[in-house]
Amino acid sequence: MKSIIIDDETTARSIIEQLCSQNPNVNTVASFPSAIEAIKYLNQEEVDLVFLDIHMPSFSGFDFIQTLKTPPKIIITTSDENFALNAFEYDCIIDYLVKPITTDRFNKAIVKAQSKAIVRSSVEAPSTNDLYVNIDRRLVKINIPDIYLIEAKGDYINIKTETQTYLVHATLKKIEEKLPDSLFLKVHRSYIINTTKIVDIEDNSVLIKQDIIPVSRANRSELMRRLNLL
Amino acid sequence: MQEEPNLSYIKEIAGGDPTYIQKLIGIIKKEFPEERTMFLNQYDSKDYLKAAELVHKLKHKINILGLEKGYENARELENQLREGKSNGYSKFISTLENIENYLTSL
Repeated sequence: MKSIIIDDETTARSIIEQLCSQNPNVNTVASFPSAIEAIKYLNQEEVDLVFLDIHMPSFSGFDFIQTLKTPPKIIITTSDENFALNAFEYDCIIDYLVKPITTDRFNKAIVKAQSKAIVRSSVEAPSTNDLYVNIDRRLVKINIPDIYLIEAKGDYINIKTETQTYLVHATLKKIEEKLPDSLFLKVHRSYIINTTKIVDIEDNSVLIKQDIIPVSRANRSELMRRLNLL
Repeated sequence: MQEEPNLSYIKEIAGGDPTYIQKLIGIIKKEFPEERTMFLNQYDSKDYLKAAELVHKLKHKINILGLEKGYENARELENQLREGKSNGYSKFISTLENIENYLTSL
C-alpha cells in the first residue's frame, strides 16, 4: 500500500516511518509536518493509505479529512484517546492508534487496512458544501453553493462567489472534479457555471449575475437538458 | 521515588537496529529542548492554550521514554491548562528535568 504520514512531530513521523519500513505491505512515499502540505501533494498524487495525526496546530486531522472529496484509507495516530468516537464517524478511518504505537498494534492496523474497503456513502457528508483553495499558502474555505462562476485564466482560475472573487493556481479540469454535477456545468472550455444562478439564456450565451458567458455548441444541449423548461 | 527514563520502547520498534536507535535518540535530543523552551515561553506569557499544545507534544516523548507517572502528570497538566489552571506545573517541570538529564547522559 502506497502511504503517506502526516504529523507535526518529527519524532512521531520517524517512529511511523520505522514501523512502516518493517512491514512489507506498506510503502511510505512521503512524510509531512502539516496537513496543508499533504493536501498539496494529494492534489498531484494518489495514495492508498494515510497515517494521520489529529492534534496539529491550525489545521487538524479532521479538517484535513474534510478537504478530501474521496479520501484514501486513513489510520489515525494520536496521543489523545478522546477523539476515538469522532474518528469512527468517518468511513475512511480504518483504525485509531494511540501513541506510543507498538509494532504488534501497528501491524494489526495494516491487516485491517488491507482487508477493509471504504464505504463511500457517508464519507462525503461533512465536506459536501466546502471547497478549500490554496491562496498565499493558506487554505481558504469556500462554500460551494455560493460559487456562481469559475473562469480559466491561463494557469489560474477565477472562482466567483456572491461576495468575493478568488484567484487560484489550478486548472478548470481539476476544480470540475471537486464540484457536484447537480449544481455545476462546464459550458465552455474556459467557463464552469452554477446552473442555479442563471438569470437568462440567449442563443450562444448565458447571463449569470452580471457576467455574460459564452456557451459552446457542444455543451448547449446538456445545458438545455438541465433546465426546467415550460 | 523518581521513575527512571528508559529505551525499552525505542529498542522494541527499532527491531534490533542500533542505527535506528541512535537516529531516534538524535531526533528526540533535538526536538525535546525546542518544545521544552517553547512550552516555558508560552507558560511564562500565560498563553495556557498554546502551552497545553506543547504539553501534548512533550507527553508523547515522556511516554516513549517509559515515564508512566510523568505521562499521567503531563496529561493532567494539559487538561488543567485548557481550563486556565496550572496546579501540575511543578511535577511536569520535574519530569522535563528528569528527561533532560537522561538525554544528556546518552
